Amino acid sequence: MGGLQKKKYESGSATNYISRNKARKKLSLSLADFRRLCILKGIYPHEPKHKKKVNKGSTAQRTFYLLKDIRFLMHEPIVGKFREYKIFVRKLRKAYGKAEWGTAEKLRGNKPGYKLDHIIKERYPTFIDALRDVDDALSMCFLFSTFPRTGKCHVQTIELCRRLSVEWMNYIITLRSLRKVFLSIKGIYYQAEVLGQIITWLVPYQFAHDHPTDVDYRVMATFTELYTTLLGFINFRLYQTLNLVYPPKVTHSQPAVMLHFDLLSDYLTSALLPFLPPRFAEPRWPPVPRPGGLQEDGEKLAERLKARQDQDRQEKLFEGLKFFLNREVPRESLAFVLRCFGAQVSWDKSLCIGSTYDVTDETITHHVVDRPSLEKQYINRYYVQPQWVYDCVNARMLLPVEDYFVGVTLPPHLSPFVEEKEGDYVPPEKLKLLALQKGERPEQEEEEEEEDNDDSEEEEDEDQSDDEDELKGMEEKQALGKASSVKVTPGEAKPVNRQRAEQEAKAEEKRLAVMMMKKRDKYLYDKIMFGKKRSVREANKMSAKRKALDEASKANKKKKLKK
Amino acid sequence: MCLEPARLSHSLHITLCPSLSISLFLSLSLSLSLSLSLSLSLSLSLWLSDYPHIGYDLDGKKIFKPIRNKDELDEFLDKMENPDYWRTIHDKMTGTDVCLSDEQVDLVHRLQQGKFGDVNFNEYEPAIDFFSNEVMIHPVTNRPADKRSFIPSLIEKEKVGKLVHAIKMGWIKPRRPKETAPQYYDLWAKEDPNAILGRHKMHIPAPKMRLPGHEESYNPPPEYLLTDEERQVWEQQDPDERKLSFLPQKYLSLRAVPAFSRFIQERFERCLDLYLCPRQRKMRVNVNPEDLIPKLPRPRDLQPFPTLQSLVYHGHSSLIRSISISPSGQWLVSGSDDCTVRFWEVCTTRCLKTMEVGGPVKSVAWNPAPSISLVAVSYGENVILVNPGLGDRLICSATDQLISSYEEPEEVKDQQVQWAVPEGKAQEQGQRLILTHPKAVKQVSWHGRGDYLACVMPDDGSSLQVVIHQVSRRRTQNPFHRNKGAVQCVSFHPSRPYFLVATQRYVRVYNLIKQELTKKLMANCKWISSMAVHPGGDNVICGSYDCRLAWFDLDLSTKPYKVLRHHKKALRGVAYHKHYPLFASGSDDGTVIVCHGMVYNDLLQNPLIVPVKVLKGHIITHDLGVLDVAFHPTQPWVFSSGADGTVRLFT
Repeated sequence: MGGLQKKKYESGSATNYISRNKARKKLSLSLADFRRLCILKGIYPHEPKHKKKVNKGSTAQRTFYLLKDIRFLMHEPIVGKFREYKIFVRKLRKAYGKAEWGTAEKLRGNKPGYKLDHIIKERYPTFIDALRDVDDALSMCFLFSTFPRTGKCHVQTIELCRRLSVEWMNYIITLRSLRKVFLSIKGIYYQAEVLGQIITWLVPYQFAHDHPTDVDYRVMATFTELYTTLLGFINFRLYQTLNLVYPPKVTHSQPAVMLHFDLLSDYLTSALLPFLPPRFAEPRWPPVPRPGGLQEDGEKLAERLKARQDQDRQEKLFEGLKFFLNREVPRESLAFVLRCFGAQVSWDKSLCIGSTYDVTDETITHHVVDRPSLEKQYINRYYVQPQWVYDCVNARMLLPVEDYFVGVTLPPHLSPFVEEKEGDYVPPEKLKLLALQKGERPEQEEEEEEEDNDDSEEEEDEDQSDDEDELKGMEEKQALGKASSVKVTPGEAKPVNRQRAEQEAKAEEKRLAVMMMKKRDKYLYDKIMFGKKRSVREANKMSAKRKALDEASKANKKKKLKK
Repeated sequence: MCLEPARLSHSLHITLCPSLSISLFLSLSLSLSLSLSLSLSLSLSLWLSDYPHIGYDLDGKKIFKPIRNKDELDEFLDKMENPDYWRTIHDKMTGTDVCLSDEQVDLVHRLQQGKFGDVNFNEYEPAIDFFSNEVMIHPVTNRPADKRSFIPSLIEKEKVGKLVHAIKMGWIKPRRPKETAPQYYDLWAKEDPNAILGRHKMHIPAPKMRLPGHEESYNPPPEYLLTDEERQVWEQQDPDERKLSFLPQKYLSLRAVPAFSRFIQERFERCLDLYLCPRQRKMRVNVNPEDLIPKLPRPRDLQPFPTLQSLVYHGHSSLIRSISISPSGQWLVSGSDDCTVRFWEVCTTRCLKTMEVGGPVKSVAWNPAPSISLVAVSYGENVILVNPGLGDRLICSATDQLISSYEEPEEVKDQQVQWAVPEGKAQEQGQRLILTHPKAVKQVSWHGRGDYLACVMPDDGSSLQVVIHQVSRRRTQNPFHRNKGAVQCVSFHPSRPYFLVATQRYVRVYNLIKQELTKKLMANCKWISSMAVHPGGDNVICGSYDCRLAWFDLDLSTKPYKVLRHHKKALRGVAYHKHYPLFASGSDDGTVIVCHGMVYNDLLQNPLIVPVKVLKGHIITHDLGVLDVAFHPTQPWVFSSGADGTVRLFT
C-alpha cells in the first residue's frame, strides 16, 4: 500500500483537450473574436477518442479543442490587434459621445489594422500546401465577386475578389491547365491542374442573389479576408513563375474605361490574353530514359508519356477554331473555357468590350447560340448550343455537332467527375462516349441490333405459338380417349457440366466456411456484403428505370410515326 | 396621539419659510405689492386649499376667500343669460370671476397663434451691419490696439519651438499615407519544407468538397430524375436524412437554368464545417471480405460423410418424434404422433412391423447391447419394453427368457412406477413389460450395457423428474431428491459411471457411484432441446431452441468450446457417430447439417469442427422440420425423421 491515490481526470486525454468556453476564457476573448481567430488561424475542434473521459465523466455534448492549439493561439500577435481594435472602438464611441469631431477624425485616421501574411506563411509552409487548399478560397472569391456592390459586405472586398478571380482565370488560360467543366444546377464546376495539384472550384450562374437571412455574413467575411490574402499571394507566385509583373498592368486606349472596375475586369477576361506570352514550349516533365530500367518502369513511363500526349492533344482541342458568342450565352464562362483550349472568341461589340471580330466575319467556324431558332444564318459555320463546348472539353475530343444544333433536344450532360467502378451503374450515354473516345462508331450498329432484336422477338413469338399448337393437339387427343401408348425409350445420359459442378461445390464450400466465422468477423463480413448488395441493387434499379423510360420513349416515337 | 396634528402644522410652517423668503425677495425686486400677494397666494394656495383663507396680507392677517355660493344651476343660468360669459374666467387665486377686456382677448388670440404679444413689435426690422469689411472713417470704438496684437506670442513661440525640436529629434513623424490596396509579394520565396510545426502532427486537413455526380447536372440522364413517389419521399424526409441535398432537375437548354437558391447557404455551411466541425481521424478498414472467411480444410478431404438423400421411409401419417437404430444397423424403429411404432428394414425401406400403442409416441430407444433385442417406447405415462422379434432368433428368445426369468423378491417395495407384464394381444405383438409412471414420460435412454433405462418426466422443480429402471431386477430408482429446473433430457456416459442431466440452461454431470455432482456445464443458451455424448466420452454437444449448437470439451472448461449458429431455426435433435468423426444436427428449418468433429487423443490439440454438408429433404409442416437425427452404427449414414411423416436416410 502507500502512495497517494491517483485522482481522476488529472492526466491523460482529459488534460489534452479543453472545451470551447474554457479556451475562450483562457484567451480572454469574446466569442466573436475567438471565432475570428479560429477561422484565421485554422484551429478547429477535435473529436476525442474517449469522449466521456475527456468530458470528465459527463456525456453531454461539448466541443473540444486541443489544449496545444489554444496555447499556440495565446502567442498570436493578432490577438493583441483584436484588443487594440476594441479599445479603438471604445475611444471612438467616447469621442462621438462628447461630440469631439476632431478627435474622432484623428482616431479614425489611426484605425488599427492587421495583416494576415504571417498566418498564411505559418498555415502553409510550402507553396504546394497552399495550392492544395485553394479550392474553398476560389469558390468563395468567385461567389463574393458576384455580390452586389451594396449591402452585405464592403465594396473593396467585392472588387478585390473580382480582381483576384479574374487574375486566376487568366493564369489558367495562359497555362491552359483547365481539365474538366461541369454545368450543374448549382453553378459551373471547373477543374484545373496547377503544378500537379487538382483544383476544383464552383462559380454561380450570373444572377442576382436573394440573400438568405439565416446566414452569418460576418463569418463569411472573415473567411473571405483570409482567402483573398491567400489567393493574392498564390497569384503573385504563379505570375512570378511566368515571369510576369503582378498585379498585371493593363493598358487601354480609353483611360476613362479603366476607372470603372466592372469594365476593367471584363476587359481583363476578354483581352488580357494577347499581353501574356505564349506558354512554354518545352514539356514540363522531360522523359528521361532510365538506364537499365525494369520493364514495369518502362511500361509506367510509356503510360505517362501517353497521358502526357493525350493532355497535349486536349490542350489544343479548339486550336484554329473561331467562335462567336451570341448575346444570350454565358459569355465569361464560355470565353474562359474556349480560350483555355486555344480557340479565338468574340462577341457583339455592343455587349462588352474586348470583341475582336464581328458576326459577319467569314472565317468564324462555330457560332454558339442558345435560342430555339435563328433567323439569319451563315452557311459556312456551325450553329451549336453551349453544351457542345463543355461536352467536348470533358470528352477531350470534338464531338459530332449534329446533336447540338440549334433547336435540337440536347443529349444528357454527364458529370466528368464520376469514375465508375466495377459494378456501378454506368449510364448508356457514358458507354457511348467511351466507345467514341476509342474511335468506334457505335450508333449504326445499335440501330441494327435493335432491328435484330425485333426479328428475334418475332421468331420467339412464332416458336411459342408452335408449342402451343402441339400442346393443343395433345389435349385434343387425350380428350378423344386415345391414351398415348406406354413404352420404354432408351434413356439419355445427362450431360454433366463439370465446370458448373465445380463452381457449385466451391460455392457450397464457401457457404459452409461462412457458417464457421467468428461472430465479430461475421458482423463485419455481413456489413461489407450488405453494402455490396445495396450498391448492386441501386445499380439494378437505375438500369431498370432507364430501360422502362427508353421503352416508353420508343413507344411514343412509334405512335408519332404511325400518326 | 392628539398632539400629532399640531406638530404637523408646525412643521408645515417651518418648511414654508424658505419659499416665502424667496418670493419676498422676488416681489421686492419687482416692487409690486400685488405681485407679492400673487406670489404669496401662488405658493400658499396649494397648501391652504382646505382652509377658508387664501393667504396673508402684509400685516400678517388672513385674507379670506370670497364667499362663493354659486352652484351648478347658477352656473348654467349664467351661461345662458350672460352675454359676456365666454370671456369670463374664474381666478382661482382670488376666487373671483374676471371679465376679460377686448385687448386682453386680443392678446390671448395672438399668443394662441404664436405671434408676439405686443402689437407694435416689428420682427422684420432692417438689419444694420455695424461691423463690415468697409473701413470707416470713424472707428466704432476708439480703443487703442492691444500690445499683444503686434508683438509675437512667447507662449506660441515656446510651443512651436518644442514641435520643431521634436521634429528635429525625429519624435514626430509625418502621418504615413494609408495603404488601401493589399500588398502581395513572394511569400514562399524562402520556403523550407521541413519547417513544419509540431502542431501539424495533429493536423487533420479538412476533406475537400464532394465532387458532383451525374444527378447534379442541369441536363442529367432521365434515370437520375426522381419519380413522383421518390420526390414525395424526399420532401417528407428530414433535410439531414436526405441522400441528395437537392432535387435533380432537367432543363432543356442552358438559358432556362435558374439561380440555385441555396448557393450562399451551402457555401456558408461549408465555412461552418471548416471551423466548427470537430475533426477526427478515422481509420477506414479496407478488408477484403474473402480474407475474413476462415481457412478450413476442404470437405472433400474429410470424407466419408453423408452427401445424398438415398432412401425415404413412408408410412407414418403424422410427425415422427423419435427414431432409433438397432445395434446391428439392420433395423430402424420410429415412433410417431399417429400412435404407432414402426419397425423398418434399413436397406429396403420395408416396414416389417407396425405396433399400435395407446398414445402419441414421444420417444423410442433401441437397447444398445447387441445381445439383447429390446426397444423402449414411451407414450403418455407409460414406457413399454418391446421385443421386436427381428434378426437373430436366438437373441430374441434369449431376451424373452431374460425377462421371464425374473423372480419376485420376497419383500416387495412400494415403487412409484408399476411394472406389469402385458398379456394377450400385446404379448403377441412383442410387448414384454409395461412401466406406468406417475407423469408423462418424454424421453427414454438406455445405459450402454443395456440393463438400465433412464426416463425423463419434465416437471419444473419437482423431485420426481428422472427415474432409472433396472430391467433385470424390475427395480426403479429416483436418483435425485431435488431437481433444479425442468429436466429436458438425460444420457448415460458411454464409458464411465456418469449420468448427464440437461435442464433448460445447464447440463449437470453426476457421478453415479460417488453420488455427487461432478460438473455443471453452462450452455449459454436459453433452452436446451437435445444432447449427445461423444463415444470417446470427453465431449458433449447440446442443441437448443435458440438455434445454437454448443460443443463442450469436458476436460477444457464448463463453458462451450464452440458455439455454432448454423441453423436458422430451433434445433430438435443432435447425434454423434459411433466410429466416424461426425456429428449431425436437425432443425426446424428442415435441414440436417453434418459436421466433421475430430477429437484428438492428444490433449493439447483442440477438436477440429468443420461443417461438411447441409442436407435438405424434409418438407416443413406446421413450422416443424426435422425432429430427430440418428447415425447408422457402422456406416457413415444419417437418418432423420421429420414432421412430414417420413424418415429419410442420407448416405
